[in-house]
Amino acid sequence: MNTDKTSPTDLGKPHAAPVDAPPAADAASTVVDPRLLVREQGLTGYIGEFKRKVRAGDLGALPVIVGLVIICIVFQSLNSNFLTAGNLSDISVAMVGTGMIAVGIVFVLLLGEIDLSVGSVSGVAGASFAVLSILHGVPEWLALLLAILSGTVAGAIHGFIFARIGVPAFAVTLAGLLFWNGFMLKILGENGTINTNGSGVFYNLSNYFFSDVAVAYGAAVVAVAVYFLSAFFDSRRREAAGVPSRPLNEIVLRTALLAVVAFAAAYMFNQYKGLPLAVVIFLAVLIVTDFVLRRTSYGRKIFALGGSVEASRRAGINIVLVRTSVFAISGTFAAVGGLFIASKISAANQGAGSGELLMNAIAAAVIGGTSLFGGRGRTWNALLGVLVIVSIQYGLALEGVAAAVQQMITGGVLLITVIIDAVTRKTQKSAGRA
Amino acid sequence: MVHVSATPVLALRGVSKRFGAVQALTDVELEVHAGEVVALVGDNGAGKSTLVKTIAGVHPIDDGVIEWEGKAVQIGKPHDAQSLGIATVYQDLALCDNIDVVGNLYLGRELKKRGVLDEVEMERRSRELLTTLSIRIPSVRIPIASLSGGQRQTVAIARSMLGEPKLVILDEPTAALGVEQTAQVLDLVERLRERGHAVVLISHNMADVKAVADKVAVLRLGRNNGVFDVKTTSQEEIISAITGATDNAVTRRAARNAEAQK
Repeated sequence: MNTDKTSPTDLGKPHAAPVDAPPAADAASTVVDPRLLVREQGLTGYIGEFKRKVRAGDLGALPVIVGLVIICIVFQSLNSNFLTAGNLSDISVAMVGTGMIAVGIVFVLLLGEIDLSVGSVSGVAGASFAVLSILHGVPEWLALLLAILSGTVAGAIHGFIFARIGVPAFAVTLAGLLFWNGFMLKILGENGTINTNGSGVFYNLSNYFFSDVAVAYGAAVVAVAVYFLSAFFDSRRREAAGVPSRPLNEIVLRTALLAVVAFAAAYMFNQYKGLPLAVVIFLAVLIVTDFVLRRTSYGRKIFALGGSVEASRRAGINIVLVRTSVFAISGTFAAVGGLFIASKISAANQGAGSGELLMNAIAAAVIGGTSLFGGRGRTWNALLGVLVIVSIQYGLALEGVAAAVQQMITGGVLLITVIIDAVTRKTQKSAGRA
Repeated sequence: MVHVSATPVLALRGVSKRFGAVQALTDVELEVHAGEVVALVGDNGAGKSTLVKTIAGVHPIDDGVIEWEGKAVQIGKPHDAQSLGIATVYQDLALCDNIDVVGNLYLGRELKKRGVLDEVEMERRSRELLTTLSIRIPSVRIPIASLSGGQRQTVAIARSMLGEPKLVILDEPTAALGVEQTAQVLDLVERLRERGHAVVLISHNMADVKAVADKVAVLRLGRNNGVFDVKTTSQEEIISAITGATDNAVTRRAARNAEAQK
């Protein structure tokens, strides 16, 4: 039996270039197996590779982007106010709170686990900030820091109980969901709602806009330049080391795509109040977390645990530490998200962190393309997913659709997404890319 | 046989191991030299896996001495074995399906440059390592999930080579492999020997043992049952040592066949 020659990688793509395995002696000197479908140089090769990936079920961000385009077309045709700068800017600011929580969820999903407590923890963060800063007069910066730390501690407790004692994460965080929601109600006390100041750092989180048009364009220029230079120098280094590198025209193409998106966004923000501070912070968080996940050994450990716990153990990875820290990260981002949400309504109230927030955050991570089965996903998925969810909410609200129907539609979108996830996983398995 | 040094890399002297009421190993002796492949054979329950686990530090020994390059050492936990230079490839390969070949090779010992993963250097060295071991896989940047069983096995063995170990223990490396994959793995074992590594190979497959091993150490019911030179010993002798008697189903059948031929 020769599993190589009959491997599904080859079967799935009968159309593609060199498939046959040559005699062993020929290729003994080279590591690159001739059976590998080598990508042609140039743009045609790039498109060919893209088609092949799609056929193999490696859809990446494609379904979400198609979904976003459909959402834009549908809502714009229903209501011409949807694609206005004001509405899009509102969507961008409103998505940050849920998006931050979804970033934490991506970390937990990469382990193949789930954190149900993030909604309640986000409520605790908003409430503790309000209590400390408004009722007890703690300086705003310190109160913010303590509120974020409260999320870190809550997450670390969940993680430790899960990792050390071995209680399923689902159960631990379900207990956390109840406990922290009760804790929030307790510290809010009898009046129930604490209004926060109409100025200051906390207020600015969701309400500050860089009104100078140069800021938005400058940020776009910096982003495009940094992306191009880092990709270019990375490719040069790989070339120098004699390992396959990305061709220059592909880097240029990617940079051009990024530039189109970045400048369109900057133009849109400048048409309204300017670049929102919340969006800047969110993008910075996405860049940093993506870097941590893909370029540091800590991130590698998270992916390894999501792939195989036993392999990670044998590789000497401290499983308890990584698991605990991932839940601490999830709690931290839940707290940060909670602060953005509280800042947006300038109040900490009893309803914070309950209702559909938890489900929206998890849905955002999954809709964006993070696998529920662990080991696959990026934090950028959180951005795409939350854009879909908040766009639907705003689009339906513009139409005056009731909240009940909004929930049903969001649920339907989530269902479609998990179906896509399951189907692509199957396709990927048969194409050997799972 | 390739060059064999005077002092064995690893020597077990009178090693015993008990699990509760079960005496898993009794006074086991084993010597492995550099540049030598020692096959460890025996029936199920003969103590092969237990012996390997004592060397790898999974189960500390109860009695006896483990000598490493002539000096007595304590191997209490897997880390001790690794720092001595013992690498073990278990039957379940323990690779992460979702991570690419480079990532798996360097899992747990990533190369870093200013705190950031040095992917370029890891990829370069991975290709180098795979080339020196003549391992052929489609690309070092595809996830393990897309490799065949034999390719995974070679990746797992290559992974054990990264720490430049002196002794490599392979637990049933050819079980569940096809004909061509088995040949690839056996080639790889020979290459390890050529590079001067000591190899302990556990196998049920006599053909594999005859093909690559220099010595065969037979375990039976937790005790030594002879060490044979592969070149001068017939397969029947080894099998009778494994089964523990000259009068058993195997020898009876052989005798019957011989008679029938007459």
